[in-house]
Amino acid sequence: MPIWNREAECAAPAARQKLQLERLQKAVERVYSRVPFYRQKLDQAGVTPDSISSLKDVAKLPFTTKYELRETYPYGLLACDRSELVEIHTSSGTTGTPVVGAYTEADIDMWSEVMARTLSMAGCEKGDTVQNGYGYGLFTGGLGVHYGARRIGANIIPISAGNTRRQLMIMRDFGTTLLTCTPSYSLFLAEAALEEGIDFRELPLKAGCFGAEPWSENMRIEIESKLNINAHDIYGLTELIGPGVAAECECKDGLHFNEDYFYPEIINPETGEVLADGEKGELIITSLEREGSPLLRYRTRDITFLMREPCSCGRTSVRIHRLLGRTDDMMIIRGVNCFPSQIENVLMRIEGTQPHYQIVIDRGATHLDEIEIQVEVEEALFSDVTRAMEQLRKRIHDELKSELGISAHIKLVEPRTIARSEGKAQRIIDKRSL
Amino acid sequence: MIIKQISIFMENTSGRLADVTALLARAGINLRAISIADTTDFGILRMVADQPDEAVKLLRESGFTARETDVIGVEVPDHPGELARIMALFRDEGVSIEYLYASLEHKVDKAVIVIKVDDISAGLAMLEKHGFATIPSF
Repeated sequence: MPIWNREAECAAPAARQKLQLERLQKAVERVYSRVPFYRQKLDQAGVTPDSISSLKDVAKLPFTTKYELRETYPYGLLACDRSELVEIHTSSGTTGTPVVGAYTEADIDMWSEVMARTLSMAGCEKGDTVQNGYGYGLFTGGLGVHYGARRIGANIIPISAGNTRRQLMIMRDFGTTLLTCTPSYSLFLAEAALEEGIDFRELPLKAGCFGAEPWSENMRIEIESKLNINAHDIYGLTELIGPGVAAECECKDGLHFNEDYFYPEIINPETGEVLADGEKGELIITSLEREGSPLLRYRTRDITFLMREPCSCGRTSVRIHRLLGRTDDMMIIRGVNCFPSQIENVLMRIEGTQPHYQIVIDRGATHLDEIEIQVEVEEALFSDVTRAMEQLRKRIHDELKSELGISAHIKLVEPRTIARSEGKAQRIIDKRSL
Repeated sequence: MIIKQISIFMENTSGRLADVTALLARAGINLRAISIADTTDFGILRMVADQPDEAVKLLRESGFTARETDVIGVEVPDHPGELARIMALFRDEGVSIEYLYASLEHKVDKAVIVIKVDDISAGLAMLEKHGFATIPSF
């Protein structure tokens, strides 16, 4: 597999740390002198740019939260003159005021670089045809992949999200070799291909970069077998840049963090204490080179851990484990913490179950939390004998109980009754007024 | 003879039976036997139709989970004690019945019972040996 920037990605740890420290000092200096919001925060914390003399000093810096990003909408965190901006992106804003990312020319240049690294990890080279099924527009997925593929010199099909039939037709007719979209949409495509009589084994498609929503190892196995490709997990967020923060190489053992641009830490989300490598907690990211929207110690709410063991691909960068969940979609049911990914793992273990499910949490007449998991019954699961269907339900129930320690009501529902998304899947409906 | 039953997975929501029957009616498919097994959340609609392959194809295209199942249609003389005689036969020969239901077929002095058994070839052989007619189709 190609390595896009061997010098940066395979650098000796000491040399990279030196670079990170220089960049961190400049980043703190930049926000202190240019962003009143940060100057005030740093003053309150008793920290000045001079306080940073080693990488460990990053822990002295205050956190930045999503709430603060919303409070400062639209331009409150801008660290450059507005005339220097060349592009604006925002998060979807489905859960409130959108979060803004402002890009200077240098920011777009850096984005192109980290996305070129990302796509290279999936084997993308000049001569490849990239079908970019991420939405183009304010969402960062579409243009992020676009800039990376441009940098590599690959042939881009900017098809954007949706229009499944056309996706399949284009994929077959133009000989797509690399697919980029959400993982759930890739399975949606596989399902539709079956109906259209398209056989993935006959297509030149070799790999896919999937991100923008959490997915599991079992889902990777299903995507790889149904699409006959290598499926790579990619990670990023609008707040930091979009896709391009971290990605999986061919070893698929954690996501290589582009730590020369984004400095990762893991903290205990309750206390804010920095945790050691290998310890699970909330991922915190400081941008080291952003000009438009730099962030200090941004609380991502994503749960993972750092992996510093060497990777056999030759890259020396720290890796994050595939996301384990989010601090804010962690469900607490009758006092038990659980993540949708755990439920997905159980469902995928039961042969034939596609990951089309929905979790409904409610409080019944007893005021106790009740969890209902709706599972679509595909043909592979269906039997004409009632007893067999009841056994299926019991099996899902029992396996969930042993995995999560909670007793869920399993509701078998007809195919296509759970809303299919062409973007992010809505997996949880919480009807409790907490 | 083996006949093809159509089994359909249905949620217990109002109007679902109306949807299925209207769909089959529009395609001119005639039902010969019908039964529903219900649980709290879902039901399994089982039926025998005159064009089973077409009916299943149509149902799948319309988004239903449907499949064909092999069952036996046995003719039973229409007077007291005949069904009891057949049931005793199944018991004595050790062929398990998963479920059964009656058809809508009108024949003078005869009724047709649809039976799903665990071992269909054993069931058919047994009925034949004891002189019961199984129907090839409706």
